[in-house]
Amino acid sequence: MTFGERVERREDRRLLTGDGRYTDDFAPHSAHAAFLRSEYAHARIVDVDVSGALDIDGVHAVYTYEDLEGRFADPLPLIIPHEAIVAPRTQYALAREEVRYVGETIAMVVARDRYVAEDAAEAIRVEYEPLPVAADLEGAAEPDAPRVHGDRPDNVIGAVSQEHGDVDAALAGADHVFDWRFVIERSASMPLEGRAIVARFDEEGGLLVYDSTQAPTGVRAGLSLLFGLSLEQVQVVAPDVGGGFGVKVIQFYPEEVLVPLAAHRLAMPVKWTEDRREHFIGSTHERRQIHDVTVGLDEDGRIVALETSFLHDGGAYCPYGLIIPVITAAQLPGPYKLENYRFDFRAIFTNTVPTSPYRGAGRPHAAFVMERVMDRAAAELGLDRAEIRRRNLIQPDEFPYDVGVSFQDGGPTVYDSGDYPGGLELLMREVGYDGFAAQKEAARAEGRTLGLGIACYVEGTGIGPYEGAAVDVLVDGSVTVASGMSSQGQGHETIFAQIAADDLGVPLERIRVTTGDTRRLGWGVGTFASRTAVVAGNAVKKATREVRRQAAELAARMLEADPEDLEFAEGTVRVKGSPASGIPLGQLAAMANPLRYAFGEESAVAALLTRKAYASQDVPLPDGTTPGLNAVEYYSPKSGVFGYGMHAAVVEVDRDRCDVRILRYVVVHDCGTIINPTIVDGQVYGGVAQGIGGALYERIAYDEDGQLLNASFMDFLMPYATEVPEPELHHTETPSPNNELGVKGVGEAGTIPVAAAIANAISDALGTPIDRMPISPSQLHELMHS
Amino acid sequence: MIAIALTVNGDRHDIEVEPRRLLSDVLRHDLGLTGTHVGCEHGVCGCCTVLLDDEPVRACLVFAVQADGRAVKTIEGLANADGTLHPLQEAFHRHHGLQCGFCTPGFLMLASTVYKQAASMSDEEIRVALGGQLCRCTGYVGIVRAVRAAAEEA
Amino acid sequence: MKPPPFAYHRPSTRAAVDQLLAELGEEAKVLAGGQSLIPIMNMRLAAPAHLIDINTLEDEPTEPALEDGVIRFGPLVRQAAAERWLELAARAPALKEALAYTAHPAIRSRGTVVGSIAHADPAAELPALLLALGGEVRARGADGSRTIAAEDFFLGALETALKPGEWVEEVSLPAARPDSGYAVEEFAQRHGDYALCGVIAVAREDRVTLVHFGIGPLAVRTTLPAPVTVDDVREALADVDMTDDLHASSAYRRHLAAVLGARAASRALA
Repeated sequence: MTFGERVERREDRRLLTGDGRYTDDFAPHSAHAAFLRSEYAHARIVDVDVSGALDIDGVHAVYTYEDLEGRFADPLPLIIPHEAIVAPRTQYALAREEVRYVGETIAMVVARDRYVAEDAAEAIRVEYEPLPVAADLEGAAEPDAPRVHGDRPDNVIGAVSQEHGDVDAALAGADHVFDWRFVIERSASMPLEGRAIVARFDEEGGLLVYDSTQAPTGVRAGLSLLFGLSLEQVQVVAPDVGGGFGVKVIQFYPEEVLVPLAAHRLAMPVKWTEDRREHFIGSTHERRQIHDVTVGLDEDGRIVALETSFLHDGGAYCPYGLIIPVITAAQLPGPYKLENYRFDFRAIFTNTVPTSPYRGAGRPHAAFVMERVMDRAAAELGLDRAEIRRRNLIQPDEFPYDVGVSFQDGGPTVYDSGDYPGGLELLMREVGYDGFAAQKEAARAEGRTLGLGIACYVEGTGIGPYEGAAVDVLVDGSVTVASGMSSQGQGHETIFAQIAADDLGVPLERIRVTTGDTRRLGWGVGTFASRTAVVAGNAVKKATREVRRQAAELAARMLEADPEDLEFAEGTVRVKGSPASGIPLGQLAAMANPLRYAFGEESAVAALLTRKAYASQDVPLPDGTTPGLNAVEYYSPKSGVFGYGMHAAVVEVDRDRCDVRILRYVVVHDCGTIINPTIVDGQVYGGVAQGIGGALYERIAYDEDGQLLNASFMDFLMPYATEVPEPELHHTETPSPNNELGVKGVGEAGTIPVAAAIANAISDALGTPIDRMPISPSQLHELMHS
Repeated sequence: MIAIALTVNGDRHDIEVEPRRLLSDVLRHDLGLTGTHVGCEHGVCGCCTVLLDDEPVRACLVFAVQADGRAVKTIEGLANADGTLHPLQEAFHRHHGLQCGFCTPGFLMLASTVYKQAASMSDEEIRVALGGQLCRCTGYVGIVRAVRAAAEEA
Repeated sequence: MKPPPFAYHRPSTRAAVDQLLAELGEEAKVLAGGQSLIPIMNMRLAAPAHLIDINTLEDEPTEPALEDGVIRFGPLVRQAAAERWLELAARAPALKEALAYTAHPAIRSRGTVVGSIAHADPAAELPALLLALGGEVRARGADGSRTIAAEDFFLGALETALKPGEWVEEVSLPAARPDSGYAVEEFAQRHGDYALCGVIAVAREDRVTLVHFGIGPLAVRTTLPAPVTVDDVREALADVDMTDDLHASSAYRRHLAAVLGARAASRALA
C-alpha cells in the first residue's frame, strides 16, 4: 500500500534538473506581447495615440478597444454570480473610454521580442482626464464618495445579511456585551511565477493555449465560445505552474482573451509573460475587510450572540462576485457554537486592483475576527483563554453540525466530522500551555517580553460541483491517470498515483499522471478551495475502481474464477493465494481490445480470442463492455467537508526594536484521512509561512490617489528563510464520512489562523490589543508608545 | 548587436546579442536553457541565480555581454554527467524541499556554492546562507533540511 | 521589465574610462557591479544612453590591499571578495559586520565596495561606514584625479561630490586601530534589506562617534562622550529630520536611532 505513506514525489526529478516546463518555456520563437496599463486610478480616456509604437522596428501590431469586435468587445465574465450582486461590473479586455484602477489594460503591443514590445508600449501616448478617486475601502463606502462606476448610485457591489437564531433577543439577555472593530489589510497571492500565456493556431484552425492557470478547462470552454470553435478544436494546457494560491484561478483575465486573439489575427504564435510589476497592478489581490463586531456573553463566558457588520474591498470590478465575504460570513463561527449569529456585509468597489480569493479565501479574516473576540472576551471576563474556547466548542457528538447559515455553494453549512476539544487539548499539551505563565514571568524578570497566542479554525473544503478522472491501462502494463485539474506544485501527480496504484496493484513508478491538460481530460472545474484531494481524488478512486471491475471481469473469464476471488498485486490479476495464476494487467489490456493490431504477443492472443468469440457465436465486445481497460468517472460531492486545526504561537517582542520574533509555532491539524503525510506537511508548512507573511510583513499599500506604493519585492515584504521559523506539526485524522477516501482538503489550512494566533500572542505579550493585521514594527512602535 | 562567446555548462556558444539583453533572457530564450527562472527582474527573488565563474549571481542583473568569455553554470549543469543527481538535488527530493519548483533552480545553484560548509552551521546560519532566495510554497522547512542533509553526506 | 536600449562600451584601462566619460558626457553611466543600476533600468526608471562597463578593465586588483594602515579598494573589488579577505576580521571588523547586513550572497558576489559608495544610497551600510571611519574616495577623470574626504563626498540621497566626467577609482578605509572599538547595529524587517535605521559606532578613548543611516537623505555623524545612553543619542539627534515612509514612521526611526545608537556605542566601548 502507498496510501497514507510518506511517498516521495513523482514530479520532483524534472523540477530539480531544470527539465520542468512552465508556460514561458514553450514556443521560444513566438512573438511577445506587452501592455500599456493605466497610470491613473480613475480617468476618462480622451485619446490613445499608437502611431509612435507602430513606427518601431519589430512591432507586429498594437490593439486598443477600438480593435475588438463581437464577443471580444464585451465585458469579461463574472465567474461566480450571486443573487445579491447589484452591480455586476467586469472590465473590458482593453479599457473602453474609462479606466478604474492603476494597471488596467489600455493597449496591447505584439512585437518581435519583449524588449521591443516594451519600447513600443512606452511610445504610446494616452491623454487622460482624471476623475475623482475612491481608493480607500471605508471612504468608498460613504454615501458621498466618488463613484467607481459613474452610472451607479453608490459603490456597492452587493450586500448580504443572514441571521441564525435571534441575535437581538440574545444580546438583550446577555450578561456582557462588547463592541470591537477588526481590520485586515490588503494582500496578494504573489506566486513566484507570474501569469503567462502562449497561444497558437494550427493549420486546421485549431487553437492550442499554454496558460499558467489554475483552471484550464474553463479557459478552454470560454475560448471555444469566443472563437466559435468546437471544444475539440481548442485545447488548453496548464503545464508546470510556478505557484498559484488563488490568483491564477480567475478566468478570464484580459490577457487570456487577447493573446489568443492576437495569435489569430497575426497568424503566428504569441506569448505574454507577466513581469513582476505587471503582476502587482494587473493580477488580483485579496484580504482587505473591516469588521465591526458586537458580542454578547453570559457569566461563564459562553457566547450567547455574535453579530458582525463588515465591508469587503472588491477593487474596481467584481469578476469573482461576492465569494470572499460570503466565505468569511459562513466560516466566521469556526469551531464554536453560535446559536445566535448574524452577519451583514457590503462588498464595495474601490479604484484598486480587483480582488479574488487568495489562499484562505475569506477565512483568515473570519478566524482573525473570531479568535480576537475570544481573547478579548477572556480578558474582559477574567477567564483563561483556553477555557473560554473549551466552553464554546462544538462537541464530538454533535456532528453533523449545522452552523445555521449558508455555505459558499448555496447549501447549508454542515460540518461533517471533527474532535475540536481533543484538538485543543493536544495543542495545549504540545505548546506547554500550563507552564507558559511561569515561563513568561521568568522571562520578564530577565527583561524579555514573551506572549502566547492560540487560534482555532474550521475550513470548508472539497466543494463541488465536480471533478473527473480518466484511468487507462496500457498494454505494457503501465497506467495513465488524467485529471482536468491543474497543479501548482501541490503534488497532485503523487497522490493521484497513490490512489490508483493501490487499487490496481501496480507499482507507483508504473503510473503516469497528467494534470491540467484538456487534451487528456477536457472536463473539470479547477484547483482552488482545497478541493483536489477530495473531489479529484475521489474521482480517481471511482475511475480506478471501474477499471478494476473491467479487469477483474475479464480475468475471471480467463481464469475461470469468481471475480470476488481475485486480487490485484504486483501488476497482475490473480486468484487470491495463487500468485502463479497471475495475468499481467497489460496483457488484460490487450485482451480487452480485440484486433488492436498492436505489437507483441498479447495482441496475437487477443486476436485469437476474437476468433474464439465468433466461433462460439459470441461477440468480442459484449453489451455493457468497452474496448480496453479504461474509464472516465466523475465525482460530485453533496457538500463540502470540514477540516480544522488549532495553532499556537509563542513570540518574543523586542521592546527596543518593537520587533516580533516567533520562538515557537505549533500546529494541530486535521484534514481527515491523510493520503501522503509528506505532502500534507508541506502544505501546512508553506501555508503557515504565508500566514506569517500576512501577519507581520505583507501589505499592499495604496495612497489616496489610488497609486500602489509598494509594487516591488523590495517593498512588498515576502519573508525569506531568515524570517520564518520551522513550525511543529501534529496531525490528527478524523475521516470524513462524506466520501469514500475519508479525506478533507489541506491546501489553504495552514494559512488561515496564523494572523489570529500571532495577534493573540503579541496582545498577550504587550497587554495591548492587536486588532489589525498585518502589523509592522513601526505600527507596533506606535501602539507601544502612544 | 555584439558578438559574444559564452561557455555554459561547459559548452561554448557564439551568439550575437543586443547589449541590453539580460543574461537570464539569453540563457532561457536564445540558448533554450529554460531551467533558469525569472521571478522579479529586480534582484530580490533569486529564482534566476546562476553561477558566473563559480560565483552565484542574479542572471537578471547581469547583461549577457558582461558574461562574454566567461563560464556560466545553470541548473541544467548541476547533475552529474552520468545523469545521477547532485547530492543537493537528491536531498531536496528526499526532504520535500520543493513544491512548484519555480524557485528551486535558484536555491540549488546558490546552495551548491555553500552547502559543504553547512554541516557545521546552525539552522539559523543555514537560513542566512540561503538569504536572498524567495520560496512561496515550502515555508523553507524542507529546503533547510535538505541543505543540511546534503552537507552531512558530503 | 526589460531595460531600454543603450550603447555599450568596454574600456580596458582607467584612462580609457576617463576618455569615454569626457566624450559622452552626462548621457553616460559607469557600470560596475550593476546591482543597483540594473534593477532601475529593468524598471525603466533609468535610461542612460551609454553604459561604460568597467568590469573589463585589465590588471585591476580583485582583493582589498592593506598598506600603511590603510585598506584600499580598487573599483572591481567585489563585496564578496572583501568578505573573504583573510585580514577582514582583524583589520576591518566594522566592515565585516557591515557586509553581513549588506544584501545577500548573490548580490555581494557581483556588487563592488566602490560601487556601493559611489551610488550613495542613504540607507546603505558601506557609505555610512566610509563616513564613520573617516575614509577617502579617489575620484578621477580626464582632468586628473583628486582625493575627497568622506564627509565631503556625500551630498544627498544618491548625490555625491563627483563632477561630470569623474568616477571613483578607489576607496580607502583606515584599518582598525587597537585603541578603538567598532560596532554595527541595524534593523531591517527582512534580513539583507536596506536598513530602516542603522548605526555604526567607533569608540576611541572616552568618546564614541556614531553614524546613523537609513534615517534621512544623508547619514548623520555625531560624537558623544562615553558612556552613551539611549537618551544621549535621542538628544543628539533631536534636530535631525527623520524619513517618514511606508515602512517606518519618523517617530519609529527616531526611536530606533536612539536604541540602536546606544547599543552600538556600548558594544564599541566594550
